[in-house]
Amino acid sequence: MGMYAAFLAVAGLIVLAFLGVQAAGLHFLFGALIPYVAFLVFVGGFAYRVYLWGTSPVPFRIPTTAGQMQSFDWIKPNRFDNPSNGFGVVVRMILEVLCFRSLFRNTKSEIHEGRLVHGSEKMLWLFAILFHYAFLVVFIRHFRLFLENVPGLILIIESLDGFFQFGVPFVYLTDIMLVAGVLFLLARRIVLPQIRYISMMADYFPLFLILGIALTGILMRYFIRVDITAAKAFVIGLVSLKPVSAPEIGVIFYIHLFLISSLLVYFPFSKLMHMGGVFMSPTRNLANNSRMVRHINPWNPEVHVHTYAEYEEEFRDKMKQVGIPVEKE
Amino acid sequence: MTLPHILEAEKKAIVDRWFALILATYPADAAQFFRSGSSFTNPVGQSISQGIDDIFDGLLAGAEPETFRPFLDSIIRIRAVQDFTASQAVIFIFHLKTAIRERCLGRIRAEGMLQELLLMESRIDELAVMAFDIFMRCREKLYDLKANELKDRTLWLLKRTGFLTEVEDMPEQTAGCGTNVKQTKEVH
Amino acid sequence: MAKLPKPSELSQISLTPPPKPWMDIVTEMRQGMYCHGAKGKNLAALELPNARDFKVADEDWQIPDDWRETVLNGIKERLEKFRTFHVFMDICVRCGACADKCHFFLGSGDPKNMPVLRAELLRSIYRKYFTTAGKIFGKTAGARELDIQALKEIWYYYFQCTECRRCSLFCPYGIDQAEITIIGRELLNLLGLNIDWIAGPAANCYRKGNHLGLEPHTIKSSIEFFLSDLEDITGISIEPTFNRKGAEILFVTPSGDLFADPGTYTAMGYLMLFHELGLDYTWSTYASEGGNFGFFTSMNMAKRLNYKIYAEAKRLGVKWILGGECGHMWRVVHQYMDTFNGPADFLEVPKSPITGTVFESAKSTKMVHVVEFTADLIKHNKLNLDPTRNDHLKVTFHDSCNTSRGMGFLEEPRYVIKSVCNHFYEMPEDTIREKTFCCGSGSGLNASENMELRMRGGFPRANAVRHVHEKHGVNMLANICAIDRAALPALMDYWVPGVKVTGTHELVGNALVMKGEKERTVDLRNEPIPGRAAAEEGGETDV
Repeated sequence: MGMYAAFLAVAGLIVLAFLGVQAAGLHFLFGALIPYVAFLVFVGGFAYRVYLWGTSPVPFRIPTTAGQMQSFDWIKPNRFDNPSNGFGVVVRMILEVLCFRSLFRNTKSEIHEGRLVHGSEKMLWLFAILFHYAFLVVFIRHFRLFLENVPGLILIIESLDGFFQFGVPFVYLTDIMLVAGVLFLLARRIVLPQIRYISMMADYFPLFLILGIALTGILMRYFIRVDITAAKAFVIGLVSLKPVSAPEIGVIFYIHLFLISSLLVYFPFSKLMHMGGVFMSPTRNLANNSRMVRHINPWNPEVHVHTYAEYEEEFRDKMKQVGIPVEKE
Repeated sequence: MTLPHILEAEKKAIVDRWFALILATYPADAAQFFRSGSSFTNPVGQSISQGIDDIFDGLLAGAEPETFRPFLDSIIRIRAVQDFTASQAVIFIFHLKTAIRERCLGRIRAEGMLQELLLMESRIDELAVMAFDIFMRCREKLYDLKANELKDRTLWLLKRTGFLTEVEDMPEQTAGCGTNVKQTKEVH
Repeated sequence: MAKLPKPSELSQISLTPPPKPWMDIVTEMRQGMYCHGAKGKNLAALELPNARDFKVADEDWQIPDDWRETVLNGIKERLEKFRTFHVFMDICVRCGACADKCHFFLGSGDPKNMPVLRAELLRSIYRKYFTTAGKIFGKTAGARELDIQALKEIWYYYFQCTECRRCSLFCPYGIDQAEITIIGRELLNLLGLNIDWIAGPAANCYRKGNHLGLEPHTIKSSIEFFLSDLEDITGISIEPTFNRKGAEILFVTPSGDLFADPGTYTAMGYLMLFHELGLDYTWSTYASEGGNFGFFTSMNMAKRLNYKIYAEAKRLGVKWILGGECGHMWRVVHQYMDTFNGPADFLEVPKSPITGTVFESAKSTKMVHVVEFTADLIKHNKLNLDPTRNDHLKVTFHDSCNTSRGMGFLEEPRYVIKSVCNHFYEMPEDTIREKTFCCGSGSGLNASENMELRMRGGFPRANAVRHVHEKHGVNMLANICAIDRAALPALMDYWVPGVKVTGTHELVGNALVMKGEKERTVDLRNEPIPGRAAAEEGGETDV
């Protein structure tokens, strides 16, 4: 049910943009106002959410330790899965954020009936990596549109991405990877009963939305060609805060832009905030040095305790009888 | 051509079907999970699939009834701690009949081996009876475990408070062999 | 997580009617799956709210009329106090990586035992009352009302989590269900909804110093009981001290080891070791509990119970603290104690009086794990060990969840065990070290009335033990946890008969050659050591 609702919602957004631009001619609204608002909501919302998390203190140092701790010099510690200092934590976080270390731990190749089998655990890691990196590269490639002079780095990325030079224009590998990644993540939510059981609309919606963005982008590049020069002029106008109205670009461009705007608006209010949250997780970003360095709890409460004096008061006679020393005879 | 030959030829289809029927006794999402994984990442699924494989082979080989006990045990011991009633826990044995009929009845009829099939089904019925015994034993074991934990604690308490040593105090123990104290405790 | 199904399997799936959304399934409380409700007197002793007896099977749990407000305020307060809780409520993407990592799910197949769904039970409430999307879109946004049914469901499943953190290991964002369970249980405790197996020991510990409620004279007589056994076995008379001021070291261990087999043998092992070393140490009857069932109630309760350890160390004027073998005790000592009740500036950085080793890794908390301590002794060749006395044992080691994933204490116990046993076999890789499977009875769930829960939760662990039992003939399951020693015997009895359970220092005690000891013919369990037990029959002994 959540899946259909999410699909319809994204379809609705597409129709809305189509009608708004094609029928009502609201180029400026969809091309400038909404993107600006969306950007502000994204930046403001993202920062606010991270700020909110930041205002909640970390009362205890509770890293999940995933290897041998720092101990005697004759026992080899696992410096990155169980870091005991800041450097180890940084490496752990890098592995986590850039390599999806924990998800990779999930992967286990096993010999099954005589042959090596990889569970879909590995698939999840693989497609998650594929999806996120493809997204990143596609994002970076788009800077070509934002900047008058395209930096060399972006050109290099582009040429690598179009390395195989097939299709006209060259097909970017990341376009394929991004769509494949989204489709895999979507498929496992639909096909695996366990995952289907835990999935909600909030899980399908961003997938459909990103799929919509990717597909409209691909349509624009390979099939329904838009006026790329006009598009670039338009985008540069946007980023230099001098928006121009450019009805000539073609409605598909506006749909693409509107879906991106929707993603930006949706982002801070959704699970997509895991992008910020992954850095804030106290089970990952703290060193396991709890016995070496005292961690301070800012709200460490005064609690009612049962003192030794009270204890001895209750048991003094019994203690004396068996010769256990007492404070007060 | 004998019945075991036919069944042997169709083994994979029958056992797969049987496995599917057993999984159908679990919630849908759990069933799918139990289908996969290694014996350490998914012990329940693996125990069931290994267990029914062994049972099926045993039936074809005409093994002695007792040989089935460990195979049945490996499945029933699990079902005894899951949310099943007694009948639900052991009904999976009868699913083998269903699986055989679904996969091979036509062939068996064509080969004129209904008689043999009935004999085979009687043996499956025997397994069901044995399965029920095993289920009961598992449940009894659970209650034993519950009772023993309480009993052990109480015994220690009695010992600490000195009640039990009084009861046990026999002349030869004072000779200094602490062994007896502990041994008596275990007898209780 | 399951593999992607084959096409033939897919056709079967589509035949299965889609299960109802989990929110629509009313949880049925099954006997054998839950522990008894907390007794009023125990809640009262702990100054916990709504102290009254309550029966789980009753329709009416006798909670105050404004309970919803209490819970919601409780959630709000904890969102502001714990970044963990706040972040974990927000960032789960329901990828399902944790789903099949939980031993309770592996053993039961109950979807609400998947960590992700266990968290969603509470997260759905959070969304309803604390997020814009949840307030507006309700169920579509995964939000639901906090009604009595939801409350009972949270109770049921949050006492089906052993806070083992295995899910947290595999989560790409480090979401830790243990932390969510801890906070969930705090919320339940605001309404007096604890289980008695936790509230009882916690109340005992608060008043009498230990979970079992052993009073000072009983502690002493318990230990004296071991001493007389030890004298019979070794011929050596040991005289430990209690509440002695001026001792160098305060020794604190879980009280379970004073009370029930096989933990008692571990305690005997400590006594022998410390005597042999001539260690200047004392037991305390006031701080006579290393474990902390308060930790399964609330953070504040954990702090209140933990207070005694430093307080007693200060009163007695010791230099540092040595702690016995226990799982959750060490999670608390390692990750919480210094924060709770530190700084321990009245103590000195622990230094082994035997080897001179300074325990730098404990320089702030000033508490050393007895297995660390022993590993250091063995490394420096300070112990005279005869591992052949354990030759009849084929040993495997069960990593406790807490010391593995809340500390990283993996090699030290292995080093000690391998030094005192000649036959050691590891269980399969996926089931040990940081990936260890829980005993199924942790976090205060080792009662007897929930035996079915314990057996199914412990099945993944037992299954791995069975593997080494069949493959290598393993007959002894070593561990460093008092709850393991209490819970694993039943688990083995059910799943792998023929495997016994031991603490690591029992193995040490058996192998330890003491100065002036008599010929050892029996082990600490008073069972004849094979090949050496001929003395009873008047025959020869081979040494």
